[in-house]
Amino acid sequence: MNLTSNRVIRVLLLKNCSLSKALKNVRGVQSSAGRLSDHLFVHRDSEENNPNTPFEFNEANKKRVEAILAIYPEGHKRGAMMPLLDLAQRQLGWLPISAMHKVAEILKLPNMRVYEVATFYTMFNRQPVGKYHVQVCTCTPCWLRGSDEILQAVTKAANCAVGHTSADKLFTVIEVECLGACANAPMLQVNDDYYEDLTAETTEKIINALKNGQDKPPPGPQVSSRFAAEPAGQLTTLTSPPPGPGFKIRSDL
Amino acid sequence: MLRLPLIRAAGLSGCRLGATGLHTTASKLQAPPEQIEVFIDDIPVLVDPGTTVLQAAAKIGVEIPRFCYHERLAVAGNCRMCLVEIEKQIKPVAACAMPVMKGWRVKTNSDLTRKAREGVMEFLLVNHPLDCPICDQGGECDLQDQSMAFGNDRSRFVDINFSGKRAVEDKDVGPLIKTVMTRCIHCTRCIRFASEVAGVDDLGTTGRGSDMQVGTYVEKMFLSELSGNVIDLCPVGALTSKPYAFVARPWETRRTDSIDVLDAVGSNIVVSTRSGEVLRVLPRLNEEINEEWLSDKSRFACDGLKRQRLLTPMMKVDSKLQPVEWEDALVAASRALQQAPATKIAAVTGKLADAEALISLKDLFNKLGSETLATEQPFPKDGAGIDLRSSYIMNNKIAGIEEADVVVLIGTNPRFEAPLVNTRLRKSYLHREQTIALIGPEVDLTYEYEHLGDSAEVISQLKNGTHPFCATLKNAKAPLIILGAEQLGRSDGSKILAETQALAASLGKTVQAPENWKVLNVLHSNASQVAALDLGYGSSLAEIKAQNPQVLFLLGADDADIKREDFPNTFIIYLGSHGDQGACIADVVLPGAAYTEKNASYVNTEGRAQQTGTAVNPPGMARPDWKIIRALSEFIGVRLPYDTIHDVRGRLEQVAPHLVRYGDIEPANYFAQALELAKKTGSFASDPLELKQKTLDEFFMTDVVSRASPTMAKCVQAVIKQRQAQL
Repeated sequence: MNLTSNRVIRVLLLKNCSLSKALKNVRGVQSSAGRLSDHLFVHRDSEENNPNTPFEFNEANKKRVEAILAIYPEGHKRGAMMPLLDLAQRQLGWLPISAMHKVAEILKLPNMRVYEVATFYTMFNRQPVGKYHVQVCTCTPCWLRGSDEILQAVTKAANCAVGHTSADKLFTVIEVECLGACANAPMLQVNDDYYEDLTAETTEKIINALKNGQDKPPPGPQVSSRFAAEPAGQLTTLTSPPPGPGFKIRSDL
Repeated sequence: MLRLPLIRAAGLSGCRLGATGLHTTASKLQAPPEQIEVFIDDIPVLVDPGTTVLQAAAKIGVEIPRFCYHERLAVAGNCRMCLVEIEKQIKPVAACAMPVMKGWRVKTNSDLTRKAREGVMEFLLVNHPLDCPICDQGGECDLQDQSMAFGNDRSRFVDINFSGKRAVEDKDVGPLIKTVMTRCIHCTRCIRFASEVAGVDDLGTTGRGSDMQVGTYVEKMFLSELSGNVIDLCPVGALTSKPYAFVARPWETRRTDSIDVLDAVGSNIVVSTRSGEVLRVLPRLNEEINEEWLSDKSRFACDGLKRQRLLTPMMKVDSKLQPVEWEDALVAASRALQQAPATKIAAVTGKLADAEALISLKDLFNKLGSETLATEQPFPKDGAGIDLRSSYIMNNKIAGIEEADVVVLIGTNPRFEAPLVNTRLRKSYLHREQTIALIGPEVDLTYEYEHLGDSAEVISQLKNGTHPFCATLKNAKAPLIILGAEQLGRSDGSKILAETQALAASLGKTVQAPENWKVLNVLHSNASQVAALDLGYGSSLAEIKAQNPQVLFLLGADDADIKREDFPNTFIIYLGSHGDQGACIADVVLPGAAYTEKNASYVNTEGRAQQTGTAVNPPGMARPDWKIIRALSEFIGVRLPYDTIHDVRGRLEQVAPHLVRYGDIEPANYFAQALELAKKTGSFASDPLELKQKTLDEFFMTDVVSRASPTMAKCVQAVIKQRQAQL
């Protein structure tokens, strides 16, 4: 539904935008294969992901498991499912089926109940991802602000096609729908960090820094003058001091 | 499904959903809540608070279309088909999940309601293939029927060439259920059934949005003793019967109401037939017995009715069984019976024998002067023996299990011996905080239970109050003991029965349950057992072996351990439907009718008499069992005085009147007398209680019909394969 509506909007916008802008951003209406999902919603045993893949929470995380479970009252421990799955994913970088089984075992739930949750949420990676999981937003606002170039820059710098993991297992690049940072479009997310106000150059710089093992580039807007989502350039509203009492009140009152 | 937290038992949460149908003994005592008035299509109806709109409408016979809602499952509210308009509400509401409020005016046929239904139907059909002509559900499909009744006559779906319809890969869930997941409309009935009723949490939804699919996520088969019920539950053709695939359309078949005899529950069934062939077996609603479920064995073993059948009478000629005419076989059998002295003839009856055959055989033997008639499954003779009915039936009835608060299972695995008794236990475990304890080998019962040990000694400990579980038992308001009939065949069977009776009597003193609460219950696994005991089949196989009979008459006795070596010089007459153990060792084989081929009476473990219907004619030269015995009696020269089934039933009525009061239960009594007569001395055998059916693979093939069934063989293989894959 979402994909289709995006396409429609894009077509409409193409008609209305100035020709040069439109040409710059031209791409097929059907950009990707006509698939309904990036993911398979059944499990297939593979070498790295099968019920025998060893998984055990490490010592530090075992304490966290205790702490998480303590939040939930007796009889409602299953509420801890998502925090535990998240913990498992943070430990390993992704969520193998054995980790789901572990969570089910901790919560004393049937495995299926955990599968249901893990497949519902797109942020649980049920297949291995690279060290840096790069999610490039290609939703309408980002796309209008040039996310195609960003995506191109990422795939080139990371040497990795969309939806794939690079050979050095450093990057997994995927296209995602809106990540909710439209004010700072275009943007991408690397693991937990948002990189915003991107250009092809800054994007490349970020990816290269990660690739070369340098310090993590500071997340946030990549335009030096801007803090968070404040107006780009200068303030356009609320520039004057606030009016005092009696503002715009009828004179006869 | 997880058991609901204790809060519910404490009554802290309201009974907003689902709980309305469940009345407990406790709630009966409370004053009934004030009823509220609502208007369904301007017809006033008084309902209890908490009733949903759909239930209120059903009360006055207004049926609201639905897919996901099912009376016996939790409310899901995800199909949206039951949207109805309620006056002064801006949006239509889902009738299945919305409790009524005072004075609501529900419009089940307004423009808004119709438009909502049409819209929902259109959305459902967007992603549903138009393959009705090749779909097995065709003709009995809820989606088909409801799209005819409530859908639009045209579709706005024109996207077929662009992104196409949703397609989902099929799942392999075992040899019984065929899946075409593209047809699935995500009602989640199968998931809720698996989790709530079957207790096998293998099904679920994976993915989200239009990618959502119902399945097992991992490659796993849905193996349960009740799995076939999801076929009935599925409102579309996503889950259909694999053995029945592409066999027949519902309008081609003839339906005969009947009774299942593959376990002692006596589930009500409908036998679908076409041109003299049983095609499938479906459950029939009976709230007292099987609700609307059916075990897989009862449902799918029907293809065993076509295989391994005895079609002609046979006789051993040159130490080989050869087909002969009826006359020859009957002459040979009658000669053997005539020549043997009365003390040297014996009969054993099998699992599937009907009451008519049992009474005919007993009358015949009595006329010949013999009383050596045994059931395959021994029943202790000491104490009251079979004289007092209360010692061998499920006195508190199957539905009564739900009212119990503590249940002690002794030497039984209800999950496989009587799957539909186990669903009751599971239901009460989930919804009524029932405590269940088990004496016997540890098995998976689909719910948690307290394992008290596997030694028969525990019964005495419970009686004497020396067992830790006694604290729970003492506080029980409605305790129930379910004793597996299998244990009564042990060498210490009479001791087990006596101790159990004593335990039941001691518990009976503290019972605060409603009147007529019976603590002692015996769970049989053989359909013929109660009728046989009612009619006085009091002998045992051991006695017969000791007697070394000259003639042994087997009435479908295939499962008892009867070997030719034990009866080297005995003339064995076998009367039954299938060529199995019994026919192998027989000198004369008389082909009888199977349960779908005769109008016969069976008594279930509760002591409820029910009758099967003649769905098809017996194959070949086979005849209803009682007629064969009647003919044989004439050959012997001791003609039995009945010529029609009505005469036989007249005779049944003389012996045991309750056997022809179909559908009713004659309550048993004389518990105190039975206890008094019970054998007080003796000791338990040292070996632990054992069970024949402990795992699922042992469930599928337990009698001649299911042993002859290829589908059941596939089930056994599937269970073993799955088990090996998990190791």
